[in-house]
Amino acid sequence: MTAIPETKSRIGSIDWFRAQARWRWYEPVFWLGAVAWYFLLPTYLPLGTQILVAALFALSLDLILGYGGIVSLGQSTFFGVGAYTAGLLATHGWHEPLSCLLAASAAAALAGWICSFVIVRVQGIALLLVTLGINLVLYEAANKAYTITGGADGLQGIEFSPLLGIFHFDIYGRAAYIYTLIVVFLAFLVARRIVHSPFGLALKGMRENWKRMPTLGAGLRRHGTLIFVLSATIAGLSGALLAESVQFVALDSLGVQRSVDVLTMLIVGGTGVLYGSFVGATVYMVFRDQLSDLNPAYWYFWIGLMLVLVVLFTRNGIVGALEDLSAWIEKKRRGAPSS
Amino acid sequence: MFPIFQGFVQVLFDGVAFGMLLFVMSVGLAITLGLMRFANLAHGSFAMLGGFTTTTLMKHAGWPFLATLPVAFVIVALVSVVLERFLYRRMYRAKELDQVLLTVGIIYMSIAGAAYVWGPEPQAFALPDYLTTYQQVGWFSFSRYGALLLAIGTILTLAIFFGLERTRFGAMIRAAVDDRRVALGVGINVNLVFTITFAIGSGLAGLGGALGINALGLDPSFPIEYLVFFLIVVSIGGTAGSVKGALAASLLLGLCDEAGKYYVPQTGAFIIYVVMLLVMLWRPNGLYGRA
Repeated sequence: MTAIPETKSRIGSIDWFRAQARWRWYEPVFWLGAVAWYFLLPTYLPLGTQILVAALFALSLDLILGYGGIVSLGQSTFFGVGAYTAGLLATHGWHEPLSCLLAASAAAALAGWICSFVIVRVQGIALLLVTLGINLVLYEAANKAYTITGGADGLQGIEFSPLLGIFHFDIYGRAAYIYTLIVVFLAFLVARRIVHSPFGLALKGMRENWKRMPTLGAGLRRHGTLIFVLSATIAGLSGALLAESVQFVALDSLGVQRSVDVLTMLIVGGTGVLYGSFVGATVYMVFRDQLSDLNPAYWYFWIGLMLVLVVLFTRNGIVGALEDLSAWIEKKRRGAPSS
Repeated sequence: MFPIFQGFVQVLFDGVAFGMLLFVMSVGLAITLGLMRFANLAHGSFAMLGGFTTTTLMKHAGWPFLATLPVAFVIVALVSVVLERFLYRRMYRAKELDQVLLTVGIIYMSIAGAAYVWGPEPQAFALPDYLTTYQQVGWFSFSRYGALLLAIGTILTLAIFFGLERTRFGAMIRAAVDDRRVALGVGINVNLVFTITFAIGSGLAGLGGALGINALGLDPSFPIEYLVFFLIVVSIGGTAGSVKGALAASLLLGLCDEAGKYYVPQTGAFIIYVVMLLVMLWRPNGLYGRA
């Protein structure tokens, strides 16, 4: 974590924020890689779409966990709200995908706002319980309301009209991949802007020391509410993207398992660094794709082992390990000047 | 007797019996949290291991149900000591998030491990005949299994309270919960106290898991399925190692669950979750929590 500077003037602080928000060399490389996937791995486009959706979902969790320090075991609440909103609109005659995305995000934001009243009041184990509890309540509700949601069978018969009236969702998942990539990139830009803003800095303060922040005059609950709603919005967006790309909403899109999975992805990738969610989602999904071919019932063992090893031996997931590695190389190079 | 009243007594009996079972299973977690501030979400894995110990002994060694219960306690206690020594001990000073993640990892591994050893399907389990029947006393009939839960639960609860309040070891635990540093300062070996307490708490979880097979079912997803129950008991009870709080929360949970099943069966688990959220809104630090 970069040290927060002593700002002598307002100009100084603006410079600092600018420096923080500067694009690094690996960022365009990463996004070009995502574009290259389309051309190089045409048979893996559905997997690629799933990875992008999972990464966006993990990014939504990173905003509250990695930046705000709010640990949630129920993030799939908002993923599910988004997915079901998009799905229900489509089954009730509204087939235009872009407006469905917006409506789903709005619904998730509303759900996030309602939940935030409880969330900002509790910490620690109680916070785990409350997030998990809200998740379970909604899951049970969706399960029981099968006349609306299809219950355990999921929401079937979803159809979306072509994108912008031109691009059909084809069976190879080409349109879905490009569409998902663009939406995820735009949402990423928004998240990037948020975490590099003064508000993002206040969130980091909240994460590092939530008792001290109020003494600096920062409204904890206000910040907490805002980031929670933003995070729910992005989670809803990712849920809607999944509903649109697979044209189906399963009950487990609201499941606790999904909440725990996304937490695992984020941790394996690294928290509070934005790209951690993308790295984690890619590793997790590719891993699962490969392992479920080998041994369907038991692959959770390896996911669990991965989680334990990451917690025991790395500072901050894969991204943290890479940072440490590059810092170590840098130190070596400086420590032993070339002969 | 009026049927309404009869139903009410029935709910009360089953609810308290179920609550006692929950208390036995989760009291170890409440003490662990209070003693070491360690959030062991994998507590359910210990309960599951107890359940599998019982089914295995019954199926492959032909042991009677009641005889397997102490074995479940001992085996789970031993396994938990190994885990505590090699994994958990390194994490006592870690952030809460890291503790959560480590134990979630252990949950995953235990789920897959159990699926590998015992198969992914729910375990076939039959109570012995003398426990399946109903006992009639005057106008009131109750299940013998419920009576067993109630009896074992009451005995253990009394033992736990007696142990904590009246014995030297209990005083050491309370001292360590209240102030770890001062406890160390007056010469209490807090690490040893903790290892023993952790083993007993995990053993109780194993015993509860074995006792509860009939009520809760048993399959590899047990640790994640009942995670919320443990979380409810410790956070509604108040997380500061309050055994009284854990007991109150367990009974509340048991009664709400049974009342829900009896009066509004179509709502399923809904009632518990809603009650829990209301309690958390009302008292974010739990019933016996410290501010």
